[in-house]
Amino acid sequence: MKAKGIVHRYGDNIDTDVIIPARYLNTSDPKELAEKCMIDIDKDFASRVRTGDIIVAGKNFGCGSSREHAPIAIKASGISCVIADTFARIFYRNSINIGLAIIESHEAAKDIEAGDEVEVDFDRGIIYNLTKNKTYKGQAFPEFMQRIIKAEGLINYINSK
Amino acid sequence: MKYKEIYKINQGGIAMGMTMTQKILATHAGVDYVSAGDLIEVNLDLVLGNDITAPVAIKEMDKLDSKQVFDKDKIALVPDHFTPNKDIKSAENCKCMREFAMDNDISNYFEIGEMGIEHALLPEKGLVVAGDVVIGADSHTCTYGALGAFSTGVGSTDMAAGMATGKAWFKVPSAIRFMLTGKPEKWVSGKDIILHIIGMIGVDGARYQSMEFVGDGVMNLTMDDRFTIANMAIEAGAKNGIFPVDEKTIEYINDHSTKAYTVYEADEDAEYEKTYVIDLSKIKPTVAFPHLPENTHTIDQIEDIKIDQVVIGSCTNGRIDDLRAAAKVLEGRRVAKGMRAIIFPATQNIYLQAIEEGLITTFINAGAIVSTPTCGPCLGGHMGVLAAGERAVSTTNRNFVGRMGHVESEIYLASPAVAAASAITGKISGPEELGL
Repeated sequence: MKAKGIVHRYGDNIDTDVIIPARYLNTSDPKELAEKCMIDIDKDFASRVRTGDIIVAGKNFGCGSSREHAPIAIKASGISCVIADTFARIFYRNSINIGLAIIESHEAAKDIEAGDEVEVDFDRGIIYNLTKNKTYKGQAFPEFMQRIIKAEGLINYINSK
Repeated sequence: MKYKEIYKINQGGIAMGMTMTQKILATHAGVDYVSAGDLIEVNLDLVLGNDITAPVAIKEMDKLDSKQVFDKDKIALVPDHFTPNKDIKSAENCKCMREFAMDNDISNYFEIGEMGIEHALLPEKGLVVAGDVVIGADSHTCTYGALGAFSTGVGSTDMAAGMATGKAWFKVPSAIRFMLTGKPEKWVSGKDIILHIIGMIGVDGARYQSMEFVGDGVMNLTMDDRFTIANMAIEAGAKNGIFPVDEKTIEYINDHSTKAYTVYEADEDAEYEKTYVIDLSKIKPTVAFPHLPENTHTIDQIEDIKIDQVVIGSCTNGRIDDLRAAAKVLEGRRVAKGMRAIIFPATQNIYLQAIEEGLITTFINAGAIVSTPTCGPCLGGHMGVLAAGERAVSTTNRNFVGRMGHVESEIYLASPAVAAASAITGKISGPEELGL
């Protein structure tokens, strides 16, 4: 499994209230949520993001509320993968469950800059920075988690078993 | 069951001591022993959702081949976030949840007249007791650790899988131990203690871990203090926060529930990644500045910070002890000119109790408003949204950018006593400033 795209860069402790503010939680439609994704921290994100792009952030990405709307908004906006130094646990779990690829890498989170082109190899847990011609080690996904993501989420995975 | 094949239960390993959390998880996984890092599948005693998260779960559940709920008595659905319905879309979400509850004959669906904020309501209704395993599609589900239960927040898909199968998978957490000693001073509450701890370890200081609160100091904490402390374990990134079961816990459970409970204790040789010793008598009223709960300052260090709004309530601080503390400060006083003081009891029962004790009269005479139970103001939904440049002192749990309204507004997290005193002076203040 692989992802490749241009990077949008954020800092530490990006909480789910800025990923998708609660005032937009009166809907769960992925398209509507994607239009408001990151609006409180990066108001042009929704218009700038292209399918396949990658988010890179610091530590504790996705902290706060358990709203699944947060990874849904990110996924529906076209993001193919989130790379972070660390993830908050509910966000990590929700991302896998809805089929959003995520990977933890301290080195990548430190070095990658906005606009870099990056490729992620999930089987090997390796992140390639094609712009800077560098390689970073990430945490490889256990196989069952990769299968859930490939099935586009836990529900499809349960059905397909 | 198909779901079970996904995750292997680790029954091997050399038996070392287990933490309280690990023991509860082991029992619910049907094994004698678990250790940190094991992937296990556990049986659930309760699955919780609200008007924001349940509709997403219901849609997911609809995609399952098997659409039956595992047990109609072990699911709780509480319309509390954007209720009373704040707009048409919210009304539709509530309708979706209500219809699902009716169609599946869910016994623990609470319409607004009998409702409350979920994490105050469920213990009050006796739906959670010591030794239970509870998942909820709301991050503050960790509140029930106050009762000696394992409870944790999950997303809507986990909630859907939980409603269908009665099971959830977990990575067994390691733990941090907080050894509490001494007795809190006057005006120091559970809120000050948990803000102090988050200030000390940071918003990811217990990421993926259990926070186990132990020591002689626990007996000096009321159940409401313990609910507040366990409630905010998530703000340190924890999977759960948990308290030992003592006389106060058992008294609370007996007063509220007829369910059988189980008391678990950590083994003496349980492994902890860290132990912090905290002398409760040294803790001062504490305030978390924008925009993270870890940005804490003690009240004596705070210069004049003018505020526009005070919010007292929520799943963190909307219980009767909290309202009593606020009333003691507001009694016979008036909120500052131009101040909006919003007080919302966490459940209908607490509201009624506050009326009977005369607290509501005190609030209204002081110039505060009292709202029906709702999560609204805490997450910028309704009933107290902030404009650009406005500041609030709030007894809620998060002060993230835009949490309570405009991205340029600010939230200062504090105890009910500090919030009430701040409403009187118009700036961040402790009750002592009023000579209390």
